[in-house]
Amino acid sequence: MASVLQAQALGKRYGKRWALRECTVDIPAGHVVGLVGPNGAGKTTLLKLAGGQLQPTTGEVTVLGGRPGGTPAQLAKVGFVAQDTPLYAGLSVAEHLRLGARLNPRWDAAMARERVGRLGLAPAHRAGRMSGGQRAQLALTLGLAKRPELLILDEPVASLDPLARREFMQGLTEATAGHALSVVLSSHLVSDLERVCDFLIVLVDSRVRMAGDVDRLLTTHHRLTGPRRDPGRLPAGQHVVSASHTDRQSTYVVRTDAPIRDPAWTVTRVGLEDLVLAYMDRRTADDRRAPLEVWR
Amino acid sequence: MIWLTWRQFRGSAAMMAAVLVVLAVVLALTGPDLASRYSAGIAGCTPDGTCERFFDRFFAGHELIFVAVSFVVLALPALAGLFWGAPLVTRELEASTHLLVWNQSVTRRRWLAVKLGLTGLTAMAAACLCGLAVTWWSDPLDKSAVPDLALMAPLVFGARGVVPMGYAAFAVVLGVTVGMLVRRTLPAMALTLALFAAVQFAMPLLVRPHLMPPVGATFAVSQVNMGGIHVAEEGGPVRISTKAAVPGHAGAWVMSSDLVDPSGRRIAGSGEEAPVPVSMTSGPCAPQRLGPDGLDACWVEINRLGYRQQATYHPLDRFWPFQWIETGIYALLTAGLTWFSFWWIRRRLS
Repeated sequence: MASVLQAQALGKRYGKRWALRECTVDIPAGHVVGLVGPNGAGKTTLLKLAGGQLQPTTGEVTVLGGRPGGTPAQLAKVGFVAQDTPLYAGLSVAEHLRLGARLNPRWDAAMARERVGRLGLAPAHRAGRMSGGQRAQLALTLGLAKRPELLILDEPVASLDPLARREFMQGLTEATAGHALSVVLSSHLVSDLERVCDFLIVLVDSRVRMAGDVDRLLTTHHRLTGPRRDPGRLPAGQHVVSASHTDRQSTYVVRTDAPIRDPAWTVTRVGLEDLVLAYMDRRTADDRRAPLEVWR
Repeated sequence: MIWLTWRQFRGSAAMMAAVLVVLAVVLALTGPDLASRYSAGIAGCTPDGTCERFFDRFFAGHELIFVAVSFVVLALPALAGLFWGAPLVTRELEASTHLLVWNQSVTRRRWLAVKLGLTGLTAMAAACLCGLAVTWWSDPLDKSAVPDLALMAPLVFGARGVVPMGYAAFAVVLGVTVGMLVRRTLPAMALTLALFAAVQFAMPLLVRPHLMPPVGATFAVSQVNMGGIHVAEEGGPVRISTKAAVPGHAGAWVMSSDLVDPSGRRIAGSGEEAPVPVSMTSGPCAPQRLGPDGLDACWVEINRLGYRQQATYHPLDRFWPFQWIETGIYALLTAGLTWFSFWWIRRRLS
């Protein structure tokens, strides 16, 4: 499967502090990819490196087969909606669309006008006087009408209220439905991503903890509850993601391709949010020396 | 890109245009009148040789507006650097809009080239227009100015001719570069002003005097190059001092003006006093002998004793060579900073 974004031992240092180090990730094309991780995991740095906003300190990153940000052609292929969706406060909606038309060779003016009209944004309205939700929608319109092959969104809904979040995500889903567009979307909230993403990457401390197709992740992870049992006594095909014990009872989140037949266990489905939290949990992460293989 | 640059820049460009129009109207209305009064005055004073006094009277009558207009020309490049150069990048960084505009299909080098080009050329054009208009307007005053405010004097030189254009280009690029490094608008503006002022002071003090080797010569003492005669209340020797002016080279920029005694020894530097053996009670320097020509007879007497002024200076005809050389120096500084800013915006700025 082709990749939209490949990073190899990618690192970025500010002074003495590493914002991202030894990051190796491969994001397949044709998906709406959710990039989840706690604050400070390096999500924004990774996305800025992919957009060409930053230059890597170590390692390398390839986006759609090219070095990010170097040439107009490369810039035209990648759309980027930055954190808090910045816009020019003094420019109106119409002027933002004109900006997009002037600066992008593949600009889809009809689509931009149609979207702005459907969102109810008055062309003469200045960006500085719009609500956070309207600003985010306008920024998304600019990113989409550029007609990129990859659209990167860095925490686009972090500062929005729940209703505006839902509207934004709906707009994104509708826009991606008809086009061969890959999307990478970061958030520290799984609930934001659950609805739109079909591929999930969990980034903790610059490392990929887990990557995979959402449906596949949900069908291969199970929560097992039953009498207390040592993790060593689980079958070989069951990889422990997280474990918790009381005096008499054990609860495991395991990953396995095979069905679970042991009658001692009560098997329940794991929700995406719980799954991500299980992978983000540092205690289990420390036990597991080898990184998980990346699933495609 | 040009559209966006113009859209962001049009407000301040309009303000600058308004200032220039006001200045141009003021200069155009007063300039011809000033010139005709000057030529009338010259016509009146030439027959009886009282032109020195006419110059003093004429210049004193317009000194305030002369200084004000020169100040406008000196301030314009600094303001361009401060309000156009420094915020050019910092404003984008502070509002995070650099993440918007640098992710359109335009490389940031091109973005900077258009922004810097349009802003810098506008500033240069404004400064050049302003400088040449003021040069035209103040021609009669420059011809009659006191030595401290003559055409070659440090403060006036920078407000005439083509150097304001060089200053403006340098100030804008300096502002942009400082802005990129500091990344905050207000500190960048303050630092730009400080650095620009430092360069503007260093230029006439340290660099301009050495653009060409100054001319050295010895002159007879006279009303033109001598500051005055001074006697202490309680008696003692008569003391005289030199002025920063040389006879026969009106408007020259005097670097040093020393008083030398008959043996050729330097006895006083610029502005210092030295005793001379003349009597104030009798002879040509006695107050009761002073006629309508003032101290002229006294200066003749001091000359006869062998006292001379030894001076180094840049004559007035070096004005345009100096203007072009200095504009070239600022052009080189501008080019260096431009190169740096283009390198920095791609390699280092996030």
